[in-house]
Amino acid sequence: MLVGFGWTGAIMGQELCDAGLNVVALERGPWRDTATDFATGFAQDELRYMWRHHLFQNVADDTLTIRNNLNQEALPMRHLGAFLLGTGVGSGGVHWNGQIWRFLPSDFQTKSHNQQRYGKKSVSDHDLTVQDWGITYDELEPFYDQFDKLCGTSGKAGNLNGKIQPGGNPFEGPRSNEYPTPPMIQTYAPTLFGKAAAELGRHPFPHPTGNLSEAYTNPLGAQLGACTYCGFCEKFGCGNYSKASPQTTILPSLMAKSNFTLKTECEVLRVELTPDRKRATGVTYVNSAGEEFFQPAEMVILSAYILQNVRLLLLSGIGKPYDPKTGEGLVGKNYAYQTMSSVNVFFDDKILNPFIGAGAMATVIDDFNGDNFDHSGLGFIGGAYIAGMVTGGRPIEMIYTPQGTPAWGLEWKHAAANNYLRSFSVSVHGSCMSHRGNYLDLDPTYRDIHGRPMLRMTFDFTENEHKMSDYLTDRAAEVARAMNPREIKLNRRAGSFSIKPYQTTHNTGGAIMGDNPKNSVVNKYLQSWDVPNVFSMGAGAFPQNAGYNPTGTVAALAYQAAHEIRARYLNNPGPLVQA
Amino acid sequence: MSSEEKPDAKVHWDRRRFLIGGAIAGVGGMAAAAIHDGELGGPARTFRGSVPWQEGTADAPPGASGSGYIFFAPAEAAFIEAAVGRLIPNDEVGPGGLEAGVPFFLDRQLAGRFGRGDHYYLGGPWPKGTPEQGYQSRFSPAQLYRAAIAAIEKYMGANFNGGAFNKLAAEDQDKVLKGLESGEIKLDAGVDSKSFFEMLLQNTKEGYFSDPIYGGNKDMGAWKMIGFPGAHYNYKEWVPRHGERVTYPTVGLKGRPGWTET
Repeated sequence: MLVGFGWTGAIMGQELCDAGLNVVALERGPWRDTATDFATGFAQDELRYMWRHHLFQNVADDTLTIRNNLNQEALPMRHLGAFLLGTGVGSGGVHWNGQIWRFLPSDFQTKSHNQQRYGKKSVSDHDLTVQDWGITYDELEPFYDQFDKLCGTSGKAGNLNGKIQPGGNPFEGPRSNEYPTPPMIQTYAPTLFGKAAAELGRHPFPHPTGNLSEAYTNPLGAQLGACTYCGFCEKFGCGNYSKASPQTTILPSLMAKSNFTLKTECEVLRVELTPDRKRATGVTYVNSAGEEFFQPAEMVILSAYILQNVRLLLLSGIGKPYDPKTGEGLVGKNYAYQTMSSVNVFFDDKILNPFIGAGAMATVIDDFNGDNFDHSGLGFIGGAYIAGMVTGGRPIEMIYTPQGTPAWGLEWKHAAANNYLRSFSVSVHGSCMSHRGNYLDLDPTYRDIHGRPMLRMTFDFTENEHKMSDYLTDRAAEVARAMNPREIKLNRRAGSFSIKPYQTTHNTGGAIMGDNPKNSVVNKYLQSWDVPNVFSMGAGAFPQNAGYNPTGTVAALAYQAAHEIRARYLNNPGPLVQA
Repeated sequence: MSSEEKPDAKVHWDRRRFLIGGAIAGVGGMAAAAIHDGELGGPARTFRGSVPWQEGTADAPPGASGSGYIFFAPAEAAFIEAAVGRLIPNDEVGPGGLEAGVPFFLDRQLAGRFGRGDHYYLGGPWPKGTPEQGYQSRFSPAQLYRAAIAAIEKYMGANFNGGAFNKLAAEDQDKVLKGLESGEIKLDAGVDSKSFFEMLLQNTKEGYFSDPIYGGNKDMGAWKMIGFPGAHYNYKEWVPRHGERVTYPTVGLKGRPGWTET
């Protein structure tokens, strides 16, 4: 049975139903489909979707508590801000941007790779707790490829079977196949960014995207249409069947299967275990009428968002909770995030039309991501991609004003009027290493509507992240200046993590994967070391976060888990990796 | 992989109490509100064998309707109209907040789900917290507006010769707004002046730039001022036309003036 029905739930449902299993998915939010819920007639509504959270998780029902460090009291996130959690069928897969990345081969060996190249201190300075994933890029490549084919990802390969290709990302790991569809045509601002980056000797390429450049039929027979660049993609559902989502790629096939059952408005409270705690018997869930049920299951797949999966492990007593004081325990360990900054670019003489956009409309350089550059003497590990990106020009959120402009009054209004068409933002999408003091556990004070402890997040950016982000923001500013604008504005990643401004919904860790039960919660097939008929999907498995959007890797890990379950687990249920 | 759920799998009340046990004790905070916007609260549904889809249904947006204020009392409306007029003043470049209908927008927002705190967690306890922990108040947005406007007028009574906010000269109104923005003006009745200012400014920009169906952005004047053409579905022909001004007329979700005449 599946707990949660977004990307990983849909992928696992499809794969396991194809293997002939009877699959039940429990989703706490409502059913959603394109024609009813985000039709083009009303999808382009910034107030309703972005600011009134119409498709997002409602924190009135369920939120988490947050603090920057162990000495603070965690308080509830009373309103969504930094990250925009999903709910309902398709969940975040409905309102994501469609930015489809693979992590670098070296990202999977964060500890051993950096230690070898820069010495032991590089991975232990600043109380870092980075580790290797227990898997290689090459092992995961076929499953990245599978997700690209599902989505019809639009892009240009930079490395095909080890051969560097012009026009693509020369730093990426080898791909077995070209992207299923060609890259999107770049709008003005990304084009200017690409030209400037090339003049500086960087290697610009079009952002790989699940907003499709042309019509595509995927292996399940689902048809996607060409994107119309309406600029309402991230934080919105696509009314045009142009953005890859569970709805557009999997559900037409999966929902028609007689061995698949979906129950909506049903929230799983916990996984039930046998008295010896070595086997899950099913889950207890409650529906929107408040009725409680036990759903028996041979296999329980946690396919909710990372924050829910980790919380369910903690609430169910699966694995030992992490204690930052002793460093013992693993569930909740190595929570990480994404380190975001940006540079706003203002022109006098160029009309950029920022409202012509798409969720992944960008020209990107990857020269300073991961270990694509020499970190000697820099005092940090990790990096970021730098993107001249225009996802849209939604005016409540996306008006850029020059340095020193007040937030209101006539001067603000004039700055908005003068700069809206002539400015855009270069984004710096940085990695976030894991740290001894950053973790997830259960809150001692606050409870949700079911009476369960809320999840508590203890997180702050560390010295490693601040140094990385400053260095990368300076690299972005170089490209911005090379575009010869009137002026630029640097929005550095300064101070402590704040829950208020939107940053990104890329929460990672807490149910980390690894090569043995002493360093991880799940094995490389996302199977719990402690309770082998429980699998925990999603970015919770990341031991630290790379400088890319996580969905491609989340999906590849799910496909790999499904493959292994079909190939080996079903015949011989038990641990897929011997401890 | 799982057996079908059987009717007898339903946990009876006694069993349920036993299962939840001590966890239910000491629950503070809110009971589930009856129906939320968007998610949670609809009936549980089971789907099997087909994509569920019903013709003639759509999750269309609820716009603002009527005229006059529902939420604001006259004195509150006087404050809001004056404040919004300073946050976004009117001139020949483009409409002010007042001219764009922002007070009416705010009224309908505060009278509805947003005002009730439909997407806010308001359960206790309620310590103040750090700036990084964001909104920390027991007030829903509607409660915060009501309490804050009263507290500001009370502050006015002891300052600026005791005049109401809307009677002040523009520069004095700006002084008060800056004092709220910085937190230098302290309000009583448990109102955090910075939190209120932040919400008022955000909601004012929402009313100014959101689709006209919500009651602000009158005649799409704010969109026309900046050059945003509105809710267009397809810009494909403009993608390669770098640097050109898009000539599409401005449209909202309900079209544009004159649309029905062509």
